[in-house]
Amino acid sequence: MSTDRRKKRLDRKLKAQSDGLYALSSWTAMGYLMFPRALLIFGLLLLPLFLDMYWQRVLCSAGVYALLALSFDFLAEYVGLVCLGGALFIGVGGYISGTLNMYLGWPPLFCIATATVTGAIISTLILLPSLRLRGIYFAIISFMFPMFAVYIIIALNVLGGTEGVSGLETLQNIWVEQYLILGIVLVSLFAIRRLVNEDTGLILRAIKDNDQAVKASGISITAYKIKALLIASLIGCFAGAYMSHLYGWLGISLFSMDFSILPIAAAVMGGMGSLTGPALGAFILTPLSETLRGFGQLRVVLYSLILIAFIIYKPEGIMNYIGRKYHQFEHWEKF
Amino acid sequence: MDIIIYGIVNSIVFALIATGFNLVYGVSRIPNFAHGSIYILAGFMTWSFIHDLKMHYVFSVLLSLCISALIGLIIYRFILIRLRGIATSEIIASFSVGMVILEGLRMQGIGGFKGFIGPFYELQPFIEGKVQLLGVLLDYQRLIIIIGGSVLLSLLWIFTGHTKTGLSLRAIAQDEQAAMMLGINSDRVAMISMSIGSALAGLAAVMILPLGNITPEMGYKVLIYALAVCVVGGLGSWLGVIFAAFIIGFAMKISTVLFGALWESVVLVGTIILVLLVKPSGLLGKQKEFEERV
Amino acid sequence: MNDKELLKVENISKSFGGVQAVVNVSFILKKGGILGIIGPNGSGKTTIANLITGFVRPNRGKVIFKGRVITGAPPHKIANLGLARTFQVMRPYHSLSAYKNLIVPLNSPRVRQTRGGKLGDNDAVAIDILEEIGFERDARVPYKIAGSLPLGYLKRLELGRCFALNPEVIICDEIFSGLSMSEITSMIPLLEKIQMDGVTLIMIEHRLRELFRLTDTVIAMNFGQKIAEGSPEEVIEKEEVKEAYLGSSRSK
Repeated sequence: MSTDRRKKRLDRKLKAQSDGLYALSSWTAMGYLMFPRALLIFGLLLLPLFLDMYWQRVLCSAGVYALLALSFDFLAEYVGLVCLGGALFIGVGGYISGTLNMYLGWPPLFCIATATVTGAIISTLILLPSLRLRGIYFAIISFMFPMFAVYIIIALNVLGGTEGVSGLETLQNIWVEQYLILGIVLVSLFAIRRLVNEDTGLILRAIKDNDQAVKASGISITAYKIKALLIASLIGCFAGAYMSHLYGWLGISLFSMDFSILPIAAAVMGGMGSLTGPALGAFILTPLSETLRGFGQLRVVLYSLILIAFIIYKPEGIMNYIGRKYHQFEHWEKF
Repeated sequence: MDIIIYGIVNSIVFALIATGFNLVYGVSRIPNFAHGSIYILAGFMTWSFIHDLKMHYVFSVLLSLCISALIGLIIYRFILIRLRGIATSEIIASFSVGMVILEGLRMQGIGGFKGFIGPFYELQPFIEGKVQLLGVLLDYQRLIIIIGGSVLLSLLWIFTGHTKTGLSLRAIAQDEQAAMMLGINSDRVAMISMSIGSALAGLAAVMILPLGNITPEMGYKVLIYALAVCVVGGLGSWLGVIFAAFIIGFAMKISTVLFGALWESVVLVGTIILVLLVKPSGLLGKQKEFEERV
Repeated sequence: MNDKELLKVENISKSFGGVQAVVNVSFILKKGGILGIIGPNGSGKTTIANLITGFVRPNRGKVIFKGRVITGAPPHKIANLGLARTFQVMRPYHSLSAYKNLIVPLNSPRVRQTRGGKLGDNDAVAIDILEEIGFERDARVPYKIAGSLPLGYLKRLELGRCFALNPEVIICDEIFSGLSMSEITSMIPLLEKIQMDGVTLIMIEHRLRELFRLTDTVIAMNFGQKIAEGSPEEVIEKEEVKEAYLGSSRSK
């Protein structure tokens, strides 16, 4: 690169004008802040009206992946825990919900609610032993467990074994299904966004930055990591419980690696750290993956390649890139 | 007696599988999640060389090992090198490469590539037949695993513990910055360790795969087993991996005999959880002292 | 054990692998005042801090704080008892703004019990504390991102982090290192003020002249052992101390 110029980035005038409380000072400032958010929110909520039945179902799946991507981003960028096993949450949530429905006959919404909470507790307990260790152990263990769950289910032939259990009650109405998941995605997004700026969230971010200093400030980092895991697994297990009632089927595919990998790809592509980016990434990658379904294994190869490409060449991801362009302008400066 | 001999075989199998991963992590702190896929790839390559290209057995094996090492090197040089230090990305990237390899092996119809599907691929054992060892009927391949495996693991142990190169690798692992200041190029070391680690994966594959058949799905299983052994033994600890391999190997063998093969996975998971609860950083793992962390 | 003994370290030893970092060190810290710990590099000063605050487990010996044995207790529990420390290697939470750095200690059980307060109060308390220690509120310094602050402010932030915990003892690990003469001079009143507020300080330092202005008792260490204890004048005259710093005794 030539050495007598450098790129200078400055916040746009509008950004500075709309910082903090100044946002309320003019319609332009408010518009500047609201426009992208409104675009995404209303875009998402209006989407079901334009899709046919098949794609509406895909939208529901995309919502599930979006929740997983969100919880991955939260754990990785705001707590410092890299969870490679989103499938664990889906599987645990899905199996509990399905079992409650099949063997106890509870209504689906009730099952989903219960499975969300119990699943979260169980998932956290499973991952608990690794919390005191270096991050890589957590990554490895979260990666291993969904696969072990599959081996165990097959081996012991419980809960439907290899074939799974079909005939679960679904939520009947496709509109309910869609708006339920989209609603939860938006609610979770808002909730996590607020959380990371509240005291608890600040402490989690501090743990990621420098956990020794946090310990020296009298905070038990294990306790907070547990809290973070509970939150992430609540989101993940809800997604799993929802999933099992979406297709009315419960089987080992709930623990499949797809649920671990696609959310990570979506998060990396969408922009780690931005929280909305991963969700956006999920809504892009899921339909993409769906269109490629006919190509069999090529699908997986393809999104692995996308993942590698993004990680190497554009690690900031789409959302961060767009955010940067929106909030800042850059020009070359001679010096 | 049966249990002891077969337990030893099982344990050495685990040790062989885990060693490649452990070496790469121990020396260069790189979690190579493509490990399982290189293992399977080596198996398929050997098969292809023997059956499709009609090459001699020994030659096929050697060629596969070289190519495996080369692949390890390429993965580092072109992908991991840019992600050095960011463990998350290293894991994600290496796992994606692994997926590309494994799923790619399953693809059909791209440029006439038939894809490796179904349990039809088998590697011949080195020597056919069985032999009596201490009153137990054992096939030659398993005997080779016991002997060859022990020799290999001992050689590695001697190499890392007692030769100059080996010791310097360990020194680099302990303090990379000091090593860099002494003029040691950490990228070159990483490339070397990735090559050796991948070659070890291939070597493990050619020794173990003749016991059964080769499928791409096994790639994930192999990775998980390697991870399990390393976690239980302590990532980066040489002796720990061997201990862990024996504990897991025997635990699983004993449970198979007592409860039947179905409970294997349960026992494996149980062992991992138990060890983690009792000694979190693995049997011989060293949770870095505070001083070293700063 | 009388009431004025705040901290008692008994025969503490620690070795890392083959290296003896701390060998059989004992001392007593009385309430009020400032204790200095000096010694050349590698004499075990920081290890003592780590041993006292629970970051490292001793091989032998005991640490007693306010009558309770705290040897081997986890660091956050020790901090909650009122024993805070700064870190030699400065690493603030650099993605957060300065005052948000203090939110962490303000959420510890210790502070929540003593200060109480509703949600949302913490921000105001954090900014007040920062102002007390020299972050000019008008210049919006507390709101700056911690990673962008110059060293002098970072050192104060580190002190602020300890101070927010409402501690009885603060162990300052080489807090003067890296600062210019004038920066140190401006920090001394702050330290004295903290001491006036009832906090007992242990200062591990390299900069002897500045340290001696503050302390009345000093412990000297070398090769992990305590080689002298007393007032600054006494300690500096000891042969062992001179040898430790200068290498061999020179008769003038």
